[in-house]
Amino acid sequence: MSAYIQGMGNISPQKTWDEIGLLDQPLVYTGDKLCCHEPDYSKYIDPKHLRRMSRIIKMGVAAGAMALKEAGVSVPNGIITGTAYGCLEDTGIFLNKMIDNKEYALNPTPFIQSTHNTIGSQIALLLQCQGYNQTYTQGAFSFESALLDAILELADSPAQSLLVGGVDEITATSHALQKRFGVFRNTENNLDLFKPALDGTVNGEGAAYFVLSGEKGPNEQVSIDAVRMLYKPQDAVVKKEIESFIESAGLKSSDIDFVLLGKSGDQKLDTKTDEIAKMYFGSSSIGLFKHLSGEYPTASGFALWLAAKIIQENHIPDAVVLRNTKRPMKRVLIYNPYFGTHHSLILLSSC
Amino acid sequence: MEDRVHVAGVGVISAIGVSVDETLQSFKNQSSGIAHITLFDSTYRDKLPVGEVKLSNDVLCKKLSLTPHITRTALLGIHAAREAVANAGIDLKKWRTGLISATTVGGMDKTENFFNDFKIDSAKGHLREVVNHECGRSTELIADDLGINGFISTINTACSSSVNAIALGARLIKHNHLDIVVAGGTDALSKFTLNGFNSLMILDSQPCRPFDAGRGGLNLGEGAGFVVLISDRVKKAAEKETVAYVNGYGNTNDAHHQTASSPEGRGSFAAMKKALAMGSLQANDIDYINLHGTGTLNNDLSEGTAITRIYGQNYPRLSSTKAFTGHTLGASGGIEAVFSILAIEKQCIFPNLRFETPIPEINVTPQRTYEDGIEVNHVMSNSFGFGGNCSSIIFSRTTDNG
Repeated sequence: MSAYIQGMGNISPQKTWDEIGLLDQPLVYTGDKLCCHEPDYSKYIDPKHLRRMSRIIKMGVAAGAMALKEAGVSVPNGIITGTAYGCLEDTGIFLNKMIDNKEYALNPTPFIQSTHNTIGSQIALLLQCQGYNQTYTQGAFSFESALLDAILELADSPAQSLLVGGVDEITATSHALQKRFGVFRNTENNLDLFKPALDGTVNGEGAAYFVLSGEKGPNEQVSIDAVRMLYKPQDAVVKKEIESFIESAGLKSSDIDFVLLGKSGDQKLDTKTDEIAKMYFGSSSIGLFKHLSGEYPTASGFALWLAAKIIQENHIPDAVVLRNTKRPMKRVLIYNPYFGTHHSLILLSSC
Repeated sequence: MEDRVHVAGVGVISAIGVSVDETLQSFKNQSSGIAHITLFDSTYRDKLPVGEVKLSNDVLCKKLSLTPHITRTALLGIHAAREAVANAGIDLKKWRTGLISATTVGGMDKTENFFNDFKIDSAKGHLREVVNHECGRSTELIADDLGINGFISTINTACSSSVNAIALGARLIKHNHLDIVVAGGTDALSKFTLNGFNSLMILDSQPCRPFDAGRGGLNLGEGAGFVVLISDRVKKAAEKETVAYVNGYGNTNDAHHQTASSPEGRGSFAAMKKALAMGSLQANDIDYINLHGTGTLNNDLSEGTAITRIYGQNYPRLSSTKAFTGHTLGASGGIEAVFSILAIEKQCIFPNLRFETPIPEINVTPQRTYEDGIEVNHVMSNSFGFGGNCSSIIFSRTTDNG
């Protein structure tokens, strides 16, 4: 059962909305984090709603609006969101106020907007969408869970358009905190993240939404055919699961024309990813994306947008390509080995 | 019997008991778990009653043979999930097994302590206090404890989360992605949620009175509830006698307001209707409704209105069990799913404590005493949350174990 992409919206550290050429002028960052290149939200959200929204809600609602617009869908049949961290900014505001004010005289708004389902429910409220509404928060499986849910839902009733997305934000607090775990490093230029790979990666954030249907219309060029998540697998299990994932789609690894790898710039992790690419995808084109998006739990949303664009345009941007074997883009695999603990596989086809 | 998703085991921990047996006893004794806060510091310690699980983190860790520093949300989840798996008595490792949990606070109980130091100096605070903050981490700790790595997921649709977790589990089994799913939810009390709900002015300073005309808000609670769902194939192979199966579920959004339910209860009405339609049931087939029934002015009127829109005054037996447990947020759907299944197993109805006077607009009188010897074939459980998330689920009695 496939889900067909009717529209996409992506707010990321790159020019991924209103773009002219696909990532042909990638934005360059210095430091240990890549924050979103954000649009003028008033183009997408009524200003009277906008002023109450935190940044992650704006990002999510606007990315959703972009996807719906591209799909030509005014109200979807359901909204499914993945977010690992949820609304961190409002969580931090309420937590700090609670401590400062010794639990007295607290404004409820940040508390209300701190729950993970705020993004999906704000979209529902603004669109008056009373259909299926779901929010997943399983770390680096959050977006993949949302996709899987959509595929199940569309298998049961294909004639629907579901809005499905992944959203996570960097806040000053979350970045300061995550830095202490020693997972990030400074770069002079994010585009050089892999040359050479060192210890650590760069932080990232983004909001990517997709309108998916179980029925192929005349404009749909890309289908999502399968998604699989591997939780804390042994190295040998990863290999076995990649094989079985491709096989269960009726394919061989050599059928994959393009692989988008979630290498993060961290040498230890990337070595394993390279080994897998070499073992299975020696004849495929290979691309990378985390130097453009940064590393974050729902970065696979950025990857899905990128893979779908590459299929639509049948062209791999220079900023993405690691090896180009010039094969036509029929079958594309996204493999994202998030910090070596949460591996995900998404299979796409041109249709 | 085709394509049914059966309940093979249940586990629960809440203010009224740390096991299924203790919980049933509390219901029979009409003994509420609502009392003063004893396990964490708060300005509201003696002012706002809550439904605490009466075991400290240290005691829970010792009881479960776990190392300290695990968040309370995960500890409660592990406690209930282990009971559910033991109750099911099926070897999870033989099958494609997943864990789908739900939580709204995740590791907030530790994070809020960490923040005291961290906000003064961002180099301060023990990282072990915050490493399990993410909602998904509580699920991973439960999965690691049970040895489940086939599939894991976490849902946070506020107070409707756990029902959605159980529904996803059922769907993954129906679509033959998994054979067994341990599904439910867990949430610990935290200062963060206590203050959040207090800032919304919807906490009752007295033990809550769901569906009563004089109700004054909700009491927060904590706990976890899990069910073990199995496919037909597993049921046959394990020769497992089961009590109930998942017969229908509905998920909708009220799309009315970020925190308030619509006056006509359009989201809850639609969720109940969807669940009934999926189970091919008439509204009158339902023998018992476990209400969301938080005790707030808004929820109970909205939910009650939705129920009278479906039933008029011929509604089935119904009760909110939150007067016993408090509102356990993301865990409530899991805990109340366990209660719903127990109602089928024991052929009993749980009382709606402290009810005196019906809400005039709806005139609904819930069940007031514990009663058994009642034919309970179909139970509907409601869970509604902030953000307009509304979910209902129906469990039905297994009549054919052949």
